[in-house]
Amino acid sequence: MSPIVSVKNLRKSYAGGFEALKSVNLDIEEGEILALLGPNGAGKTTLISTICGITVPTSGTVTVGGHDTQTAFRAARNLIGLVPQEINLEPFETVMNTVSFSRGLFGKKKDDAFVEDILRKLSLHDKKDNKIMMLSGGMKRRVLIAKALSHEPKVLFLDEPTAGVDVELRKDMWDVVADLKASGVTIILTTHYIEEAEAIADRVGVINKGEILLVQDKSDLMRQLGQKQLKIELNEATSRIPDALSAYDLSLSDDGLMLTYSYDTKAERTGITTLLNELQAAGLQLKDLQTAQSSLEDIFVGLVKEKA
Amino acid sequence: MNFNAIWTIYIFEMRRFFRTMTQSLVSPVLSTSLYFVVFGAAIGSRIDEVEGVSYGAFIVPGLIMLSVMTQATSNASFGIYFPKFIGTIYELLSAPVNFLEVVAGYVGAAATKALFIGLVILVTAFFFVDIEIAHPIAMLAFLVLTCVSFALLGFIIGIWAGNFEQLQLIPLLVITPLVFLGGSFYSISMLPPVWQAITLFNPVVYLISGFRWSFFGTADVGIGLSLFAIAFFTALCIGFIWWIFKTGWRIRQ
Ligand SMILES: Nc1ncnc2c1ncn2[C@@H]1O[C@H](COP(=O)(O)OP(=O)(O)O)[C@@H](O)[C@H]1O
Ligand SMILES: [Mg+2]
Repeated sequence: MSPIVSVKNLRKSYAGGFEALKSVNLDIEEGEILALLGPNGAGKTTLISTICGITVPTSGTVTVGGHDTQTAFRAARNLIGLVPQEINLEPFETVMNTVSFSRGLFGKKKDDAFVEDILRKLSLHDKKDNKIMMLSGGMKRRVLIAKALSHEPKVLFLDEPTAGVDVELRKDMWDVVADLKASGVTIILTTHYIEEAEAIADRVGVINKGEILLVQDKSDLMRQLGQKQLKIELNEATSRIPDALSAYDLSLSDDGLMLTYSYDTKAERTGITTLLNELQAAGLQLKDLQTAQSSLEDIFVGLVKEKA
Repeated sequence: MNFNAIWTIYIFEMRRFFRTMTQSLVSPVLSTSLYFVVFGAAIGSRIDEVEGVSYGAFIVPGLIMLSVMTQATSNASFGIYFPKFIGTIYELLSAPVNFLEVVAGYVGAAATKALFIGLVILVTAFFFVDIEIAHPIAMLAFLVLTCVSFALLGFIIGIWAGNFEQLQLIPLLVITPLVFLGGSFYSISMLPPVWQAITLFNPVVYLISGFRWSFFGTADVGIGLSLFAIAFFTALCIGFIWWIFKTGWRIRQ
């Protein structure tokens, strides 16, 4: 199946000459949730804005549903819903009018029943006649989502949907995203929260300084790049790591009671058995063992450091 | 053509107008009435007739033009500046609409508002002076053209403006003086020859003159020239807006 969004050699230099995107290539499959993970200033918003037509690419192409976003911009944009990072809404308008406006702008016939249905799904229905300025921050974010969904897009871009949102609302937002995916919408969301990517994405793309460092299935990513740690608790404190064990990636805690062994889960041999044998040979007595999988965060920090 | 989008923008903008209907109408009606009292009664009592028309009636077309031009400009400039200011412009930029559709929606709404106000002023004028309109169709056509062309100008100003001060600047610094010096309240023929020549560089002269012709059948400059002037001005604005959208000037990075 051909990708629903395809970004090829996309570059973007802003007026000042700053290169915010450096030859980005990215394919997004229909029906998936892709999380674009990257620190502030990585180029996430620039990438989304360029796909959606808010900024003009310096070079490269983007197709959405097979339509070039430059030469067939109407067909491409008809498929796209965009929830911007900033809460940009007309304060004096009602929820209903604002959402209907978006629908009309995309050339769709006015359909109050459809719009009300969206509002209901986003728990906004009882606020439909309220002015935007009367709503809380979380509800405004939902209005933005309702606007983006008002014209029945196939691809939805969510730019940092949970930035500055409290934990409870964040979970709410994840539910909304899960429901949207279930209804067949392809979702691209940006975030700088690793736990968010970990919680809802099918695939994760890591972006930094205008470059996509990798795009991978979330579970593959964790499996392949995930380092595991074996924590070895000792019966008696030791002052230093025995020389015989210098070949292992070991670290000793300050109190001398805990050895931490880092190993690669994707390696053929983890080295655990030999390590344990040699520990015994060195005369260290084990009290307890435990393993821990590194989080996406560790992976990410590692990647960004590596490329810097 | 995305006609739904044009209509949506138009209605959205008109709703803003109707929400503030009272303010929108009270101020032009009040100021027009004041003009009639000051110019018509106080000054007019010392000027009998201009070109065979009573002074009170003579200033009616100029007064309407003054309001219509400033209203069309400020409505349109505000209409497009506001989404820029609050950030909702992202939606216009990412929607399947082209420049013609966006302009038709915003400029259409701004021109409609200005036209509405112009007609209200005309009706108000009937309470103060006796006027007959020699060429009603031409009068309406001139009015509509003026509304549209100045709304186009306003649209450009709204895109250009970086803050609210700049938004007010052009109407205040350029349009008001040009309208006042464009023969709103006098006939160009009343000026010394040098000033007559200089005045001919003021584009507003042609609009007011043509508009006045549609009322009284007399004009400072030929009606053909007036029509040409307004068509030229409109084309200039459209060309500039086309360029704005093509290059993304001040809206698309
Ligand atoms: N309009 C602009 N003009 C110049 N530089 C910009 C502009 N917008 C963003 N940038 C720069 O581009 C880089 C990427 O920004 P952005 O895409 O907003 O990152 P992110 O969304 O990942 O935080 C940043 O260094 C930012 O300063
Ligand atoms: Mg951003």
